[in-house]
Amino acid sequence: MAAKAELMDYDKALELFEPVLGFEVHVELNTKTKMFCGCANEFGSGANTNTCPTCLGLPGGLPQVNRQAIESSIRLGLALGCEIAETSRFARKNYFYPDTAKNFQTSQYDEPIAFNGQLTIELESGRQVTVDIERAHMEDDAGKLTHMGGAAGRIQGADYSLVDYNRGGVPLVEIVTQMIEGAEADAPEIGKTYVAAIREIVKALGVSNARMEEGNVRCDANVSLRPRGSNILGTRTETKNVNSLRSVERAVRYEIQRQAALLTAGGTITQETRHWHEDTGVTSAGRPKSDADDYRYFPEPDLVPVAPSRAWVEELRATLPEPPAARRKRLQADWGFVNLEFQDVVNSDLLDVLEATIAAGAPAQAARKWWTGEIARLANATGVSADSLVTPVQVAALIELITDGTLTDRLARQVLEGVIAGEGTPSEVVASRGLAVVSDDGALIAAIDQALASQPDVLAKIRDGKVQAAGAVIGAVMKAMRGQADAARVRELVLERAGTAPAESAE
Amino acid sequence: MTNLINQTASALAGLLADGTVSSVDVTRAHLDHIDAVEPDVHAFLHVASDAALATAARVDARRAAGEKLGPLAGVPIAIKDVLATLDMPSTAGSKILEGWIPPYDATVVKRIRDADLIPLGKTNMDEFAMGSSTEHSAYGPTHNPWDLDRIPGGSGGGSAAAVAAFEAPLALGSDTGGSIRQPAAVTGSVGVKPTYGGVSRYGAIALASSLDQVGPVTRTVLDAALLHDVIGGHDPLDSTSLTDVWPSMTAAAQAGLKDGALKGVRVGVIKELNGAGFQPGVKQRFEETLALLTAAGAIVSEVSAPNFEYAVSAYYLILPAEASSNLARFDSVRFGIRVNPDDGPLTSERVMAATRDAGFGDEVKRRIILGTYALSAGYYDAYYGSAQKVRTLIQRDFAAAFDQVDLLVSPTAPTTAFKFGEKLADPMAMYLNDITTIPANLAGIPGMSLPMGLAPEDGLPVGLQVMAPARADARLYTFGAAVEQLLEAHWGHTLLSQAPALAHTEMFATEGGAV
Repeated sequence: MAAKAELMDYDKALELFEPVLGFEVHVELNTKTKMFCGCANEFGSGANTNTCPTCLGLPGGLPQVNRQAIESSIRLGLALGCEIAETSRFARKNYFYPDTAKNFQTSQYDEPIAFNGQLTIELESGRQVTVDIERAHMEDDAGKLTHMGGAAGRIQGADYSLVDYNRGGVPLVEIVTQMIEGAEADAPEIGKTYVAAIREIVKALGVSNARMEEGNVRCDANVSLRPRGSNILGTRTETKNVNSLRSVERAVRYEIQRQAALLTAGGTITQETRHWHEDTGVTSAGRPKSDADDYRYFPEPDLVPVAPSRAWVEELRATLPEPPAARRKRLQADWGFVNLEFQDVVNSDLLDVLEATIAAGAPAQAARKWWTGEIARLANATGVSADSLVTPVQVAALIELITDGTLTDRLARQVLEGVIAGEGTPSEVVASRGLAVVSDDGALIAAIDQALASQPDVLAKIRDGKVQAAGAVIGAVMKAMRGQADAARVRELVLERAGTAPAESAE
Repeated sequence: MTNLINQTASALAGLLADGTVSSVDVTRAHLDHIDAVEPDVHAFLHVASDAALATAARVDARRAAGEKLGPLAGVPIAIKDVLATLDMPSTAGSKILEGWIPPYDATVVKRIRDADLIPLGKTNMDEFAMGSSTEHSAYGPTHNPWDLDRIPGGSGGGSAAAVAAFEAPLALGSDTGGSIRQPAAVTGSVGVKPTYGGVSRYGAIALASSLDQVGPVTRTVLDAALLHDVIGGHDPLDSTSLTDVWPSMTAAAQAGLKDGALKGVRVGVIKELNGAGFQPGVKQRFEETLALLTAAGAIVSEVSAPNFEYAVSAYYLILPAEASSNLARFDSVRFGIRVNPDDGPLTSERVMAATRDAGFGDEVKRRIILGTYALSAGYYDAYYGSAQKVRTLIQRDFAAAFDQVDLLVSPTAPTTAFKFGEKLADPMAMYLNDITTIPANLAGIPGMSLPMGLAPEDGLPVGLQVMAPARADARLYTFGAAVEQLLEAHWGHTLLSQAPALAHTEMFATEGGAV
């Protein structure tokens, strides 16, 4: 495993150097079929089952462009504030590697579909950072190599490698930023927040499943350091395939500390790719990468240029959802959540279900409380996502039953368990499990009278004005009712029976 | 019984349709003849005798059952080995694909099967279609039926020789810089390179994607038209396939057989393709053909295409560049042969290198190296970029020429068939042999070669090349059929009837009499 390099204290590194960043984010589109053939774009199928002469790179195979992928790419480009090219071309990026069936990647070079965009992100401090997007271009994904024998699935020392071309030809959009300067100490957070923003956008657009753990969104992080007072850029490294938001943050921080230590010790940075090791939290050297890397790009002769009409682009622009950042601002205001409450919802990835729950009639705070509380707890315990347990409509119905007094919070938790166990809607669970609050005052009064009778000293205290003494009676009643009573109502009735509150007129 | 192997495809189609002969009879006659002449000609890399007879029997049964079949149903056909076939090896003449049987049919193969033609086998070619002589086949050269010591042209020498030696009435070819037309010229047969995008390339093992085009190889213009109608038309699997609705090429060819078809047709002679380096007999037959055309009422004039002088140079940048990328997939990982390095570790990179070293021939390596160089950073603009500009200039030359004339003509090749080995040591001489055919590929326009006589000095066939504007393939067929009729009337026979009988059998010379 990669050894931890000499690191410089982060603050010290920032004192001596200015970090300069750049990100390449690959987004796997969730089209039904692959980028250039009719094979299914599916995760988890048997090895090499979603393949054909074209995506296997067999002699004679030819590509056909997936219209849906073009549409998704244009929408993504628009959502990133990009211009959409009037004509855009595919190009071949030539290099030999066994996971690349044709031994060239069909990508885009000098004529990308989208370019010149901007994305403004907001850091936790409230600092706004505008990231300039150089381009977003389309390309096909490579297959997946599994190295057998040898150590820990690595290519070095492997006896042989298996290759699965199911992912080969899956449509990708690669989003490339301009150089990000002025990040300063926020550099790691900028990395994390930028990737999170991309993920949020593609999810809102519905163009990708956006699951980083399945590789739907992958980030390559470029980091270089510029000595304070210098205007010459340092040599950069490119840490490949950083596949979680936290890892992006850690990898950027690590590279800053590593490069700073190396430079200060008189060393030089090698321009190279680096691997991120999630387990040990370090990067290790990959292959050298020079600006002169020669992929011998040339226009793909098997495809004609893509020329999206302006009318189509405008049609697609009209389908864009509200930008996620704007939506968050609006929802927080609508719901009246304080920052911490709202962050909790966002960080738990519960914004969509919360919105749906509120749309189904639940009060915002109650919806938040249930989703981030009990439901999240149950989800954590079973290792699944909260929204896979119950639906927003079910949660709204549950909250409604609490609001109308049918359920107490305690009973509602039992009903929730029933709903999760598949016993039906909250109302059905209430009925089948007999969990409704006893709201028949007759039954409650009988229990109260019995409790008062057995605790005459308490009754005397209440009548003396020591209202808090009623607690003992309420407890006894709740116990007798096996919890299926509304404690507030019981309290009302206790005081009434004790003669300190006016009897209801109906009696 | 009628001599079946001498018949044109259209004649065979008639005999099959009216029940005079069965497809099994026709197929067996061709297979027998293949057996007899293949030791001399070596046009085929694979002969699928059993499959061909079984297919023929099925077609016969369906015809007997009264099913309505297509015009070429039951007619045998040979398939250039560059095309993927489900049931036959597809090697493109390369060692690296030895024994490889694709899991799919090329679109054109599927179309000939759907039209009930009978695939006889796969024909020889220069490796990956790189060459003008079939001497670059990894499986040995094909011999010209007119003179077994000479080349049959290339890359599609196998298809042309098969047709010229009466081993098949029809064949499929592919033409990147003349690979259908030049072999047709030197074997006395007919070959057509359709408009780029007119015929699907799906399943054609790519040489240069922007230049490759599949087309018919036959003995008559009408047969070529019949086959073109079967294989042509839009294919969604080929993104460069045109969506045009095409007129019937067969009807176009038939129109050419009517009286006066040449009257008033404006024929342009390309000044730049009618001069230096052309064999005297080639020039002579060309001049005679022009005279006949004029006499038949065509208006012959000279046009200039000043940028043609750059065509070969541009072609030999674009082709290797695209080929270097197209041929990258031959890496031993998924198909084809695998060769391990003699010593040292077995990394994927080293196995790929050893496989490509052993699997590719010298000409393929030469062009991969040239193309890799031409695409390299720092050289791209000077080489590939400039070549693409030349391509535009050549397209403009054609556009200007077609403003003045309906069709352009030239000799198909500067010389008749040369002897084996004659140009092997000098790649430039070999490349220059395609000087006449390359411009059509660079511009994407259709071209045809048909016989225009034998060169007096060597008695070998000379071809006339005809070119039309993009999408005007039908015009080629009308004109080609008319010229063919005009020349044959002038000679009093077909050109191929003058071919020497091949050693092992006299059957087609004795049984059916002269054609």
